[in-house]
Amino acid sequence: MAQIFSRAADTWFRVAMLVIVGGLIGVFIVAMLLERSDYQTGRGWTVDQPVPFSHQHHAGALQIDCRYCHAGVERSARAGFPPTHTCMSCHSQLWTQAEMLAPVRRSLEEDRPLRWNRVIKLPDYVYFQHDVHVQSGVGCVSCHGQVDTMPLLHKAEPLSMSFCLECHRDPAPRLQPRETVADMAWHTDEDRRHLGERLMREYRVDPAGLTSCSVCHR
Amino acid sequence: MNARWHAGVVLLLALGGAGCDDMSRQHKAQDQAASTFFADGKVDQAPPPGVVSREQAARDAELARRPPLDAALLARGAERYRIYCAPCHGLAGDGHGLVVARGFPAPPAFTEARLREAPDRHFMEVIANGYGQMYGYAARVPPADRWAIVAHIRALQLSQHTEAASLPDAQRRALPGGAP
Ligand code: HEC
Ligand code: HEC
Ligand code: HEC
Ligand code: HEC
Ligand code: HEC
Ligand code: HEC
Repeated sequence: MAQIFSRAADTWFRVAMLVIVGGLIGVFIVAMLLERSDYQTGRGWTVDQPVPFSHQHHAGALQIDCRYCHAGVERSARAGFPPTHTCMSCHSQLWTQAEMLAPVRRSLEEDRPLRWNRVIKLPDYVYFQHDVHVQSGVGCVSCHGQVDTMPLLHKAEPLSMSFCLECHRDPAPRLQPRETVADMAWHTDEDRRHLGERLMREYRVDPAGLTSCSVCHR
Repeated sequence: MNARWHAGVVLLLALGGAGCDDMSRQHKAQDQAASTFFADGKVDQAPPPGVVSREQAARDAELARRPPLDAALLARGAERYRIYCAPCHGLAGDGHGLVVARGFPAPPAFTEARLREAPDRHFMEVIANGYGQMYGYAARVPPADRWAIVAHIRALQLSQHTEAASLPDAQRRALPGGAP
């Protein structure tokens, strides 16, 4: 009877084992990288909108405060999108013939809201509130980035669970005075940790328990 | 034995199936989202005509009563003024805001004699309901903040219409041109 296994069989077996195990680890690593990639988290991607609204123009060049349009941000869970009335408080007089703004005028005439497409949206199983963050001195810039330089809005931070937790474990060095939350250019020479710890006492922020699952998943 | 085996398989399948349900987009009504339930396609429905908010009485009381003038009120007023009014009226209240520089009709300066003499009521009214080409801000500026903004406008008027002689010495010396 001939040999079932050739001389090289042992080598082939080892190579096969290596490929299978190495491949599995490789697939795992690629999956991990993909999960954290900008493609998956949507970071840096823009979205088509009914009107090409520019934050760079309005919040940057014209220095309109975020709260002029996102008025709910200090007192409710949602910052909210501005109603057409807010746009028309300026565009009833400015650029009244512009083709770009035709959907806004139509929205006012027909009393139908503009449908803005979401750029930043957490999964529905995550509970998030704006007011508690803004009142605790977390600036818009720490979660949304330099919005006043964005011609079209994009996600500047991944807003993944690890991003939220990084701050919830140790909020102090990321806090700023409540009056400056909407100020994209806020800067201090004071030590951030020192300032943050003072602010935490002043605003009665208690970081204990901020990392338990039920804070964000309820 | 066989029945228990079957029950185990069914349970495993059920658990596996549950894991496939994507909870990241749930069928629930969310603020400002679209709705297929209401005819106008909006989740947020206006209250039926004639409905009175539970907070209406408190809001009316706030509107009627001028809060005591203190440093906190002025600070709040300065902040709210900067957010909602300064784009057009300018930080100094002279009517030269950044949006006016781009072609919006210029509002009058608050230091005009007519506006210096106007009662607080007039300002409260203008903030809530607008005036001429200016839209109203009732939805974004609640009554307490309106009083704060009026206090700030009064401060702007006063600071631009004060006899230098009536200032304390230290402040008079800090004026450009330096009083004796
Ligand atoms: C003139 C009104 C206006 C001002 C001022 C303004 N925004 Fe916006 N904002 C909008 C509109 C309209 C949209 C929806 C269109 C879009 O996504 O660009 C929006 C969208 C956003 C979104 C994306 C939300 C989502 O999920 O799609 C963020 C975040 C945001 N704004 C933050 C800010 C911040 C921070 C500031 C202050 C620096 C600011 N905005 C100032 C009008 C404004
Ligand atoms: C406080 C005043 C103000 C408000 C509120 C405002 N805009 Fe504007 N917008 C301007 C001004 C001023 C310009 C023109 C800028 C220039 O001439 O450089 C402009 C320009 C634009 C343009 C065209 C120019 C460009 O490059 O972006 C669009 C589109 C626009 N606005 C959309 C909107 C929408 C949508 C809203 C409501 C969410 C809105 N604006 C609210 C003041 C305003
Ligand atoms: C702690 C992080 C954080 C801070 C600080 C923060 N945001 Fe957000 N913002 C988010 C997240 C997360 C979402 C998505 C919420 C969702 O999908 O329900 C969001 C959504 C928004 C939206 C979309 C509409 C909405 O309300 O869902 C706007 C507009 C917005 N933010 C504006 C602001 C402004 C203006 C500020 C500063 C005053 C601010 N945000 C501060 C995390 C933050
Ligand atoms: C830069 C810091 C920072 C980031 C980033 C941040 N948070 Fe927070 N969060 C805080 C602080 C500070 C508080 C206030 C705690 C307090 O007042 O006791 C808070 C409170 C909360 C609360 C309310 C807790 C309660 O007891 O009611 C929720 C919910 C929450 N955060 C969710 C999130 C989610 C979801 C994200 C990610 C999208 C996030 N946070 C990102 C700093 C942060
Ligand atoms: C500070 C807020 C916060 C806390 C605390 C938190 N999570 Fe999350 N979690 C998030 C956010 C935000 C996401 C969505 C991330 C995304 O969009 O990829 C998430 C997603 C998840 C997911 C789904 C992951 C996926 O990729 O589908 C699981 C499972 C989860 N969290 C479990 C937990 C557990 C268990 C705990 C407690 C140890 C916990 N979370 C605590 C904010 C939080
Ligand atoms: C979009 C630009 C704009 C904004 C923002 C704005 N105004 Fe005006 N305002 C005007 C214009 C234009 C006029 C002149 C209207 C006219 O005479 O037709 C005016 C007029 C006024 C007047 C004078 C009324 C009179 O009797 O002549 C007052 C008072 C006033 N505004 C207060 C405010 C306050 C307070 C705010 C902030 C809550 C504010 N405005 C925000 C544009 C604006």
